[in-house]
Amino acid sequence: MNNWRVDGKGRINRDKRVRFTFDGVSYQGYEGDTVASALLANGVHLMGRSFKYHRPRGPVTAGSEEPNALIGTSRSGTGRFEPNTRATVQELYEGLTTVSQNKWPSLKFDVGAVNDKLHKLFAAGFYYKTFMWPKSFWDKVYEPVIRASAGLGVSPTEPDADTYASRYLHTELLIVGAGPAGLAAALTAARNGTEVVLVDENRELGGSLLSEAPSAIDGNNTESWLAEVITELEARDNVRVMTRATAIGYYHENMVGVAEKLTDHMAHPPANAPRERMWRIRAQEVILAQGALERPLVFDGNDRPGVMMAGATQTYLNRYGVKVGNAAVVVTSHDSAWYAAFDLADAGVKIPAIVDVRATVNEYLQSEAQKRGITAKVGHSVTSVSGTKRVSGVKIGRISGDQQVADISSIPCDAVLMSGGWTPSLHLFSHTKGSLHWDEENEVFLPGERTERCHIAGGGRGLWSQQAAFDDGVHAAQQALTSLGQSAQALSVDVDGDRAGSGVVMEELPSNNDKLARRAFVDFQNDVTAKDIRLAVREGMLSIEHVKRFTTNGMATDQGKMSNMNGLKIAADELGRPTPKVGLTTFRPPYTPTTFGTFAGYHKDELFEVTRKTNIDSWAEENGAVFEPVSLWRRAWYYPKAGEDMHAAVARECRETRASVGMFDASTLGKIEVVGPDAAEFMNRMYTNPWTKLAAGRCRYGLLLGEDGFIRDDGVIGRISEDRFHVTTTTGGAARVLTMMEHFLQTEWPDLDVWLTSTTEQWSTIALNGPNARKVLEPFVKGADLSAEAFPHMALRECSVGSFEARLFRVSFTGELGFEVNVPSEHGRALWEILYQEGKKYDMCVYGTETMHVLRAEKGFIIVGQDTDGTVTPADAGLTWAIGKKKPDFVGKRSLTRPDMLLPNRKQLVGLLTEDPSVVLEEGAQIVETGDTAIPAKMLGHVTSSYWSEALGRSIAMALIEGGFERNSTSIDVPMPGQTHRATISGTVFYDPDGDRIKM
Amino acid sequence: MLLIHCPYCKEKLPELEFEYAGQAHIARPDNPAEQTDAEWRDYLFIRSNVRGDHAEQWRHSHGCGRYFNALRNTVSDKFIATYEIGQACPTSHAEGEENNEQLES
Repeated sequence: MNNWRVDGKGRINRDKRVRFTFDGVSYQGYEGDTVASALLANGVHLMGRSFKYHRPRGPVTAGSEEPNALIGTSRSGTGRFEPNTRATVQELYEGLTTVSQNKWPSLKFDVGAVNDKLHKLFAAGFYYKTFMWPKSFWDKVYEPVIRASAGLGVSPTEPDADTYASRYLHTELLIVGAGPAGLAAALTAARNGTEVVLVDENRELGGSLLSEAPSAIDGNNTESWLAEVITELEARDNVRVMTRATAIGYYHENMVGVAEKLTDHMAHPPANAPRERMWRIRAQEVILAQGALERPLVFDGNDRPGVMMAGATQTYLNRYGVKVGNAAVVVTSHDSAWYAAFDLADAGVKIPAIVDVRATVNEYLQSEAQKRGITAKVGHSVTSVSGTKRVSGVKIGRISGDQQVADISSIPCDAVLMSGGWTPSLHLFSHTKGSLHWDEENEVFLPGERTERCHIAGGGRGLWSQQAAFDDGVHAAQQALTSLGQSAQALSVDVDGDRAGSGVVMEELPSNNDKLARRAFVDFQNDVTAKDIRLAVREGMLSIEHVKRFTTNGMATDQGKMSNMNGLKIAADELGRPTPKVGLTTFRPPYTPTTFGTFAGYHKDELFEVTRKTNIDSWAEENGAVFEPVSLWRRAWYYPKAGEDMHAAVARECRETRASVGMFDASTLGKIEVVGPDAAEFMNRMYTNPWTKLAAGRCRYGLLLGEDGFIRDDGVIGRISEDRFHVTTTTGGAARVLTMMEHFLQTEWPDLDVWLTSTTEQWSTIALNGPNARKVLEPFVKGADLSAEAFPHMALRECSVGSFEARLFRVSFTGELGFEVNVPSEHGRALWEILYQEGKKYDMCVYGTETMHVLRAEKGFIIVGQDTDGTVTPADAGLTWAIGKKKPDFVGKRSLTRPDMLLPNRKQLVGLLTEDPSVVLEEGAQIVETGDTAIPAKMLGHVTSSYWSEALGRSIAMALIEGGFERNSTSIDVPMPGQTHRATISGTVFYDPDGDRIKM
Repeated sequence: MLLIHCPYCKEKLPELEFEYAGQAHIARPDNPAEQTDAEWRDYLFIRSNVRGDHAEQWRHSHGCGRYFNALRNTVSDKFIATYEIGQACPTSHAEGEENNEQLES
């Protein structure tokens, strides 16, 4: 085991062995390994299969940009399986269980790999072209087949068992990335006393210093220099260092989202520890020191396991002490891969050849190669790769002309190191909509115009050497500190053995093989080849955004980190346009895949949304109520007795209320106190009804329109005194109505002397309805005469009920004699229990929202939002009586005479009585002409409310129907699943049409 | 997340405390009854779709509760100014264009 380890190399803890499994096989690694480094140390390169062609794949990188080595991870306990974890990022811990993905029956023998043989069928745009006809195949054949074979990894089936945290943080300076540039910036600012937050996605600080240590920094060896710097930073009170913390998004006004992993590296996470924490960091200045990402080269077979980024192999060697092979051919267009070759050669890896596509390479590199006995093949290209589950050799040849290669020879090898140069990592900068400008000389996009107070340092500005990065970090810190109004001592960091370099950017590597037959991958994860991109351009995709969507290039979980620049170069070449003219696709957050849990944070389970409860809610719960949600409230829906289902319970509640008395918790009604000398004038302007002449101690049904003339809300409004109104709104509309009132008051009528206060939660409201309602209430009322003469329908009194201060309304939403008692909310349950005791003398029932709905429908009272839908005028709803005819103006009045509002065929609210009285129509069912069986039939309207009416012994319904008033007494059809029902249009008042019962 | 300066609280506060309330400086006609159908339609529905500086109403709903005006650039999403209801719109840096064109690629 571990025979691919190199003695004396790496930052792993060789005293601590760690066991883990991959696809059921047990392996050993060391503390400090990632899954990828530990598997490579065991000689395992094959870690997964690709998305479309199911080609065998191994890790191509050593970092968070990894497109290939995606695995499923789990730890003991349910709910902790995670798909698509990058093996190059997942740290090893004792007992970690990992599995490969996209394979069946096994990783080494996969049936889906037949797709690879059929690759000519699966070219770009394949789905768009192939699965078109016949139409009947869409949902029965294509969709199920595509669904079954597509997708990356397997979704977890258990709810996530972990918790996630979130925090805000404010700081003077945020530095993203702790490589040479970030560390230099942090040191400069820290020593100046600036408040600094330094974040890095890795386990340890250092960035490229961990993968490629210069011989000395400030005369010290790199390891001790780094240790001293980390100790200094961590010791300072003005510095906060966060590792395993990825800056995932750069938002407005210098807010950066940072996802910090807390427990994913631990064998035994502390109990109740959150798994990840999302930081929202608001910084006055931001330095982005994220470095650069190495680009692959595009050649036939560049995806075979064992073909890796040259820089990644250096990381595996220097950071993890792992050699990726015994014989590694290097293919490059950049100097940096030569250094990787030297590092590997010095560690005992045979380098059969360095194949450099450039015509010339500097002499220093050539002599260093020569010193190590490495053959340098300058001006050469790799034309193909042999080996399927692991590279076994390459064919190389001399570049003899445009896309022409001569003198082809084969070189056996078990690894290929490739480097197409480096792309500045400007994802976060792009989130800010900062502009990018094209550097013609180096063929890279560099940061241009800034929109936020941010500074880019190091590799992000196209600077390649570590000395340059250190210097640039210092410079960025000085700029940031100047912006903060601070001054900074310049700091100097001297690097010995710095490795500067340069390179060129390539399209596909030259090869004699047919361009269209080559399997030269651009986006590894999505299996997009150079051929696909050229095909997309030839098929008319002229914009890079279209090329991206047609080919899916850059749409994998690495979000184009590997593929964007190569795809762009090839598209530009095929288009015959300069690269900057073709442009880049947009980078969007998050920078790396981020768990939903981290975004959700604390907002899950009972904290996902508040549940509002009335003071009486606890009584309802104790007495067996079934609840339903109404906006954020939970309300008692019905109160079943033993053996009753919902239908039986509601029928009984309806019956008992109409026969004697029923009690209902109406506390959720929205309440707004409108107070001030101009209160009546304000009400006149807001509501359709006239309010001037409404006497104190009286109330009135109020109707609220939008300025467009459509019904927005309604409710009973009581005038407490000349300058004070008690406005009620629908349960769900309270906040909306208050906002609308405030908007008009503040912006249109600031001259009105009126105050608006939400009082919904100040009052508990108990409704008593039924012929015996007065008898139940009367014994507890002081300060008001409840007789019919002294306290008629639509009267209100301030009095005391059950010794509680009360606003007592005589109103009815049931058509029965009715009272609504408002007491300070904390006394709601106490009064409820007093009345409940008294009610026993009269066989009083308690009822819930369903019975309330039935009783009001029997009387044709509308529910705004159920019987109206935002297109219903007062006339449509039969409510013209609620409009103050003499008022010159109110919100929405002018709209009521717009031409469309006066059309006779508007949808109007009517009653429906089914031919079969036992049939209860479905709410929302469509309405058509009788006998209209055409498909599609013309819709005349829909059923808005429908119930079994216990009082009438039959079903009733309300509906919005085109020209409904004109159609009174005629029939319509209501097609429902299984059967079409016929019904007759009627008025909406089904019960006690003369309203005698409220006069008792 | 934007930071928005409330002209009443005189403080720059997170966007979460605020809500958008439509285009600013559209006064409700003094006498709606005298408005023609076309005039009333314009008041109700016709809004500008500026690419550039846009005057709009916002409300500090989770703060002082007051409505105020703001001048915001619809391309950069930056607030140029916020000012009290009733005050005139400050001159913008760049004149916004009234059009519905997509951003150029």
